[in-house]
Amino acid sequence: MQIINFISNLAMPLIILIIVIYGVVEKTNIFDNFLEGAKEGLEIVLSIFPTLIGLFVAIGALRASGVLDIIIHFLTPILNVIHFPSELMPLAMLRPISGSSSIAIATDIMKNYGVDSNLGIIASTIMGSTETTLYTIAIYASSVKIKKTRFVLVAALVADVVGMLVSVAVCRFLS
Amino acid sequence: MLNKIWPIFIIISFSYAILCGKLDSLNSAIFESTSDAVSLSISLLGTICLWNGIIQVANKSSIINKLTKILNPIIQILYPEMKKNKQAQKEISMNMVANILGLGNAATPLGLKAMKTMQKENPKKDTLSNSMIMFIVLNSASIQIIPTTVIAIRSSLGSSNPTSIVFPVWVATFCAATCGIVVTKLLIKFSKKEKN
Repeated sequence: MQIINFISNLAMPLIILIIVIYGVVEKTNIFDNFLEGAKEGLEIVLSIFPTLIGLFVAIGALRASGVLDIIIHFLTPILNVIHFPSELMPLAMLRPISGSSSIAIATDIMKNYGVDSNLGIIASTIMGSTETTLYTIAIYASSVKIKKTRFVLVAALVADVVGMLVSVAVCRFLS
Repeated sequence: MLNKIWPIFIIISFSYAILCGKLDSLNSAIFESTSDAVSLSISLLGTICLWNGIIQVANKSSIINKLTKILNPIIQILYPEMKKNKQAQKEISMNMVANILGLGNAATPLGLKAMKTMQKENPKKDTLSNSMIMFIVLNSASIQIIPTTVIAIRSSLGSSNPTSIVFPVWVATFCAATCGIVVTKLLIKFSKKEKN
């Protein structure tokens, strides 16, 4: 545990250190280059900000209105057929659309059923092996002002579903 | 995509909230969501500017060329359109490394930078190119060696073995990423046929 903590804390400082050392050794105008890049960052954030506002409001409304609960209610029997634990259904539904609320739900599952229980481990694995897909697509596409996203949502969601099903299968197999 | 999804989310949830008397929670959710978006943007502003600066420093030295050379075989397979675009290859390699190391804060800024470079060669400026789709799918598949966030949550909840999920996460992400790549490649082929 301590070693893993150390490695993950080391990763970011080490990358920056190596890059800076290379820049100094090869005698580049290191700080000028840094400023040039950082300035461009402002532009990127400005272009994704409106998307974030729109997306967050829509998803917040979906949760607060109770629509999401209804969808979960109707999907549960289908998932029971493929032996996907129904306790994890809200997590599976929210994971692709909202990062903060899926963390909240996963934490809740771990508290209620036990961190090291089967459900707790599956919930952790799902969190570790998937991303907030809708958010990723929205900010990547909007940062370059693209509206037509073709089949990217389908492909990314297929990957998410596979990740979740494999999470359940692997954790069941190991326990 | 959001032109279709966004109104569906709004219309369904707003009308359901009005019909079922959930207006209180809807109103507070609207204000909470906007302030969430603002605070996320502010924290993104810092990391995006920092990493954009760092990658520019790396760009001007030879380190990034070495990295790109190592990852080149993978990039050639995944992004055949970017064969001649050295700049895009560099940025894609940096994003891959950040993802694998679990540096979510760095992966997003580096990814957005790569998107910008790929957009320059995109013939249709309002539509995602094949490479961009592959890139987004892989970024949403969350390939990482150490899932730091979950491990932190697990140890804060007093798990007896917070890192026990590392192996299952490897298996799950690997399967998810592989399926994502295969599905994307198939859909690219399919969309080419449709055009002809």
